[in-house]
This record gives sequence, C-alpha cells and structure tokens, in this order.
Amino acid sequence: MTTNSWDGGSDPRTTATAGSGVERRTGVRKWLFRLYLPSIFKGLFNTFLHLIKARGHKTFTIQYPEVQRQVRKGYRGEHRLKKDALGREKCVACFMCQTVCPANCIRIVAEEAPWPDRDKRPKIFEIDMLRCIYCGMCEEACPCDAIELTEKFNVVSTTRAEKIYNKEKLLSN
Amino acid sequence: MDLLWDAVRVLAIFAGVMNLVPFLVLAERRISAWIQNRVGPNRVGPGGLLQPVADVVKLLFKEEIIPARADKVLYSLGPLLAFAPAAIAFSVIPVGRGLQIADMSVGLLFVITATSLAVYGISFGGWASNNKFSLLGGLRSSAQIISYEIAMGLSLISVIMTMGTVSLSEIASGQSNFFAWNIFRQPLAFVIFFIAAFAENNRLPFDLPECEPELVGGYHTEYSGMKFGMYFLGEYVAMIVMSGMVVTLFLGGWSPGFPLPDGHLWTAVSVLTFAAKLGLVLFFYIWVRWTLPRFRYDQLMKLGWKGLVPLAMANIVATGVVVTLWDAVRTR
Repeated sequence: MTTNSWDGGSDPRTTATAGSGVERRTGVRKWLFRLYLPSIFKGLFNTFLHLIKARGHKTFTIQYPEVQRQVRKGYRGEHRLKKDALGREKCVACFMCQTVCPANCIRIVAEEAPWPDRDKRPKIFEIDMLRCIYCGMCEEACPCDAIELTEKFNVVSTTRAEKIYNKEKLLSN
Repeated sequence: MDLLWDAVRVLAIFAGVMNLVPFLVLAERRISAWIQNRVGPNRVGPGGLLQPVADVVKLLFKEEIIPARADKVLYSLGPLLAFAPAAIAFSVIPVGRGLQIADMSVGLLFVITATSLAVYGISFGGWASNNKFSLLGGLRSSAQIISYEIAMGLSLISVIMTMGTVSLSEIASGQSNFFAWNIFRQPLAFVIFFIAAFAENNRLPFDLPECEPELVGGYHTEYSGMKFGMYFLGEYVAMIVMSGMVVTLFLGGWSPGFPLPDGHLWTAVSVLTFAAKLGLVLFFYIWVRWTLPRFRYDQLMKLGWKGLVPLAMANIVATGVVVTLWDAVRTR
C-alpha cells in the first residue's frame, strides 16, 4: 500500500485479495490502468455528455426572476390576516400568537369590537418581518384561524420601516 | 511600406491575442457551468457576451492592496513578469501562412525560453508578498515548471529531429499534408508535450501553485485589483501560447490538411484554420480542467521525473534510430 493511486497501487480494485469477488487486474489491463490515460478519457467523455445535456437546457438552474420556483405544499412564507364572510378581520385580539411567538415579532393592541359577536378586535397588529423566523407557531396557536403563512417569499423592501407590516398590509397579503 | 505592414501585423496579432483572453475567460465560465449542469453567466449582454467587460471593469476599479511588509518593487514587478514573457512568446508563432510577428530561425527555442521566464513572475510574487501561502505557491510553481520543462524540452527534441528545423514557420509549412502532421509522426511526443504544457501553465490537474484547499490562493493570495488581473491575464495568454505551440508543432499549424495554393484568399483560409485549431485546443484545456481532480504534490513529481522524462528520452532514441534508417534508405 505504499505506492500511489495513480499507478494503480493502492486502488481497492487491484489490491483486493483473491476470493473477495473483485477481479484483479492483470497483464494489459493492469498496464492500461497504470497508464492512467484510459480513465482520463472516460472522465472526459462523461463530462462531455454533461456539457451536451446542459446545452440542451437540462440544467438544475432556475433562472430566477423570469422563472419562479414552485414552492412545496406547507411552505411558510409571509403572513396574512384572514377575513370572514362579512369582510371583517377574523382576529379577536386574544394575544395567543403574540404569546407563543418565539421571536417576539408580533405586537397587538386591542380595542373594543363594534360587532356583537366578539368582545375585542386588534387596533394595531404589527409583525416585524426582520425578526420573524417563519416558524408558523402563530398559525398553530390561533384559535380563530385568523392568521396564516402564505407562500410569498420574494418580497423586497429598501428600508427597515417597510419591513414592519401593519394590519392593512397583513390583511391585503 | 514594409514598416507599416509590420506595424499592422504586430497590432493585429497582439490585439487578437489580448482580445481572445476575455472570451476565453467567458468560455471557461460557461463551459464549466455546462459541465456541472448549470447555466453560467448569461445576463450581461446577449448570451453573456459582455460579461468579460464587466469583469475587467470590476478588476480595474478594485482597491489595490500591498501588504505592509511586502517587497514593494518585486511585488509590483511580479504580475508584469508573469504576463510579458507569455505575450512575447506569441510573437514567433505563425498564425497563418507567412503571418507571424517575427520569423525567427530559432523560434521554437525562443518560445521555450520565453515561457519558462514566466516562473519568475510567479515566484517573485510569491516571495514578495511576505505570506506563507504565497511563498509556498511560488516555490511549488518553480519546482513544477523546472521539472516539466525538462520533459517538454525532451519531447520537442524528437520533433526537431523529424522536422530537421527549429524554425516554427518551417515546422508549420512542413506539415501541409494531413498525414504529415506531427501528431501522427510523433504521437508520444504529442502526449508528453501536452501534459507538460498543462503543468507549465499551472492549469488543473497541475495547478498546485494556486491549490485553493491547501494554499488559499497560492502565489496570488495577497494580490488584488488589476495586479491580480495581470496574473490572470498572463495565465490565459500563456495558455493561448501553449495551445498555439501544440497546434503549430503537432496539429499542422495553419494547414487545413492539404497544401494551400498561392493567393491572399488562401492565406486568410490558413489564418481561419489556425484559429479553429487553436479554439479546439483551448476547449480541450478547459474541458480537462473541469474533468480531472488535482494531483498530489508527490504524484506530480513522480509523473514528471519517473514517467514523462524517461518516456521522452526513449522517444528521442527511437526517433533517432528511425530517422537515421530512413535517411540511409533514401540516400541509397
């Protein structure tokens, strides 16, 4: 095993012991293997096949702005506040999501609801998207199914202030 | 009038080589991408054609950093020394019938000499950077180039023996017939020369001087901005020169495989033929780079000294015997 692999010395296929089911290279084949060139041409042929394939547009690249990645089911993107059948926000300002949020990115200020079917509604509902870790706990904790994570992921903003989403933004998301 | 023609020729050939470099870099990036099932740079300009321009502009505007305790003179001289010899060497390569900057009677020796000067640029840069990685890269480069230069020179001796001349223009015109190409007459010398050319240009699988996993960036670890750009340029010009040598010495030079009739039109054909062959060899260079892994240092030395040098010597002896016998038969 003191020889190097380029002369075939320590290649497991040539140093395998008899009876292990691996054929030992002998004669011309061993000489060709030690010459190293056949393996090189094999490798070159392989990469050439890949090159031709890529020229036929079989690449793994998604050409992003033009082609959008199809996200999987259950992808956790930006939040959305849902509305009920009357167009009111479903949220009853129970503070469950704010409590459960591990990143402390939700801020809710409640006010009395003008509607008879609930006591409170959120006056302010803000999510700091720069702190959010998109864990989806708010969605799970919500008793009214009022908040959910959408599949939006490619949203740009140029200031930090833009990244704090208010109720209107979340409702329209 | 002669002077004007000379100036035009020099400018045209030099500009051709210099403009080939950015496209070579682009070709390298795109071919490597295709080999790895990627797309590669395709945004700047049609098909990414303007990417090299963007690259060069970026390099020009980058800050140049000179390490605090570097040898300033040698540090600045290194990139120049890496680039200039390669550019000079191209002057004797015939790019078409009767078209070269200087038709030297010792053209082959001149190319060998000039290209081996490039090692000074690399070792100066490596030494002057005052950095362990750079120094090691420079040392490796000098050891590697000296080792492979011997194999390369020896493989060329057998070519000189078959052709009976060291003038590159005569070697090129001596291979006007397809079956007179030296790749058929000296296949072993071709293989040895090609392998040694890879090592000489510090190209993968022999790019130990800049081996990233071990030496960060090798000799150009400390270089930035256009100084790094010059190293880059020198490397690619050297690659073009070596490809030109391979074409001229073994692949029939500017000959398309049959003797060309007189006339300017056919001279143009010879230039196009040379360009096509050069492109193929350069493609092979890139192709090999993205196929083979890097050699280990001891493997590199073993292949050079124990493999290529004895083979080249045996080839000289065999060529000598054949040439002598052939002459004896012919003169009889």
